[in-house]
Amino acid sequence: MYSLKIKDLCVKVNGKKILDGINLTIPKGEVHVLFGPNASGKTSLLMTILGFPNYKVVSGEIWFNGTNITNMPTDERVRLGIGVAFQNPPAIRGVKLADIIHNFLKSESNAKKKEIELCKTLNFTEEILLRDLNLCFSGGEIKRSEVLQILAQKPSFVMLDEPDSGVDVENLGIIGKVINDFLKGRSGLLITHLGYILRYVDVDKAHVLIDGRIACSGEPIKILDQILKEGYGWCEKCLTMEKKH
Amino acid sequence: MPNDGEKALKAINKPANFGPDLEIKAFIRNAKALYPCPISSLPEEIANQSLKVGVRTDEKSRIGTYFQIDHSVIFQGIQRAFEGKIELMSTTDAIKKYDWLKDYWWKLIPADMDKYTALASLNWDHGYFIRVLEGQKISFPLQACLFISTDGLDQNVHNMVLIEPNAEVQIITGCTVHPNVQKGLHVGITEFFLKKGSKLTFTMIHNWAQNFDARPRTAVLIEDDATFVSNYICMKPVRSLQTYPVAYCKGSNSKARFNSIILGEGDSYIDLGAKIVLQGSGSKGEIITHAIASDNAKIYSRGLLVGEHSDSKAHLECRGLLVSDKAFIHAIPELIGKVSGTELSHEAAIGKIAEEQIRYLMARGFSETEARSLIVRGFMDVNIFGLPEALRDEIKRIIDETTKGIL
Repeated sequence: MYSLKIKDLCVKVNGKKILDGINLTIPKGEVHVLFGPNASGKTSLLMTILGFPNYKVVSGEIWFNGTNITNMPTDERVRLGIGVAFQNPPAIRGVKLADIIHNFLKSESNAKKKEIELCKTLNFTEEILLRDLNLCFSGGEIKRSEVLQILAQKPSFVMLDEPDSGVDVENLGIIGKVINDFLKGRSGLLITHLGYILRYVDVDKAHVLIDGRIACSGEPIKILDQILKEGYGWCEKCLTMEKKH
Repeated sequence: MPNDGEKALKAINKPANFGPDLEIKAFIRNAKALYPCPISSLPEEIANQSLKVGVRTDEKSRIGTYFQIDHSVIFQGIQRAFEGKIELMSTTDAIKKYDWLKDYWWKLIPADMDKYTALASLNWDHGYFIRVLEGQKISFPLQACLFISTDGLDQNVHNMVLIEPNAEVQIITGCTVHPNVQKGLHVGITEFFLKKGSKLTFTMIHNWAQNFDARPRTAVLIEDDATFVSNYICMKPVRSLQTYPVAYCKGSNSKARFNSIILGEGDSYIDLGAKIVLQGSGSKGEIITHAIASDNAKIYSRGLLVGEHSDSKAHLECRGLLVSDKAFIHAIPELIGKVSGTELSHEAAIGKIAEEQIRYLMARGFSETEARSLIVRGFMDVNIFGLPEALRDEIKRIIDETTKGIL
């Protein structure tokens, strides 16, 4: 059984093709990692899976747990069990982190106690809940707040967009450990640029995205080693060869 | 009775500097005389309306109440434990009681400023007198309600607030109308005197009606080490509202703050200003306005900081949120530095709800409508008021309740 299945997906933003023939299946319980140079379409793929309206699906389908979600509004997808930690979330003045956390925990007993525990898990004091969302948050606070929201949501499938960028070693350690614990028994898609987070998080498979296409897929450590040694030029070669065939 | 009758007479046709000019004759002056009664016995619709502007007819967690309907004082009183600490009565009674009050009467606001001050001087319909005696630090709020129950009525109140040295108090004032009232005019003159070392937090909530006009005129004199905080909330449609309160930070280390949250709806025309004049050494000022314009509302948000002392500092912040393409916000922040050494700054921003913010909240499971509502509510964040927790929560509930159906 798959958690996420993407078939022949082509996506345009403002008329420009940014994803081209993506096929990707993430079986239940597996975590995949997505590598790729800047502007290769990694974040765009996340936004498309979330159903953000700027990302127009020209062709192809997105299936989640047996449901075709290609044309579903974002909030409905989220309620089906898709969670996301954004790379650069917007600041929203006057809206508190508590507004989101309370909404996720509203049907739970002991919500207050759980909320305090979640804060502790991510090395926050409760004070963070009353601050305006992402406003004047440090880089580490932003990443930890994104993960905190996921822990409160408890989605069955999690997308993490560069949880390791702009984070110091100490915060990386906290985030990495929490994410790895959380992902046990769940599915996920992890975007990372330099792979730091992979020191903490166990992943099952890697894909490399180049110019909106998946250039190769395989064992995460091998692929990361290759990229670090030879750069993404190595993957581009694969794509060129594929085109020749 | 002291009044500046002659001056006022000359100004009776003088338009205000801002806001639509009103034909005074269009409003009626004959209100039925109402008799004083226990505040708890007021009819339910009046009690409900006043509760929405923070005035509780059960007087729970309030230490004193002034309640005026139309041109009649219905109730005035303080809890027994606070007798000798606070005085609360109508200004008509206070003027009779204290001869010295004439030294304060029309001293901060000229009676001939415009036709509305002139009107209040010539046709004065009570208003509240609040005096907190020296050294009294009162932890629960006093409340005052200025209520209009006759359609088309002109109500002109003149309020006076004296905070004696080292006294501290919170006041909640609610101005509202009966559900049957569609039009009318409320002119409210309020003169505040904060003596040395005193502190006043003054929270005012306005709930008017679609064809109603309001012209409050407010001035504050702040002496050494005294602090004045004004919180103003207006959430309901109004035909026109124009006000430009001014605080004179005369004393050394005197402080003034004007915080406002306004929501313009329907065809509302709101012209809201605030001015702080920094005259004392170490004086400080802050003006924060959050304005939301929806439907066809027009909002002018003015702010003026005047630095007259070389050791003074003030900041002005105006945020405007447009939630309709037909709405209009004009932010006019002004700074006047008259001496070197004064530090004045401002920031003003007007925008719509950012798409990115809506998407973010939808990715947290909120529907688009819920996301918009959350952002707009966030824009009306009562935390800018710096109120004690209980009162803050109460005001937040009022805002949530008032805006529930419309956002």
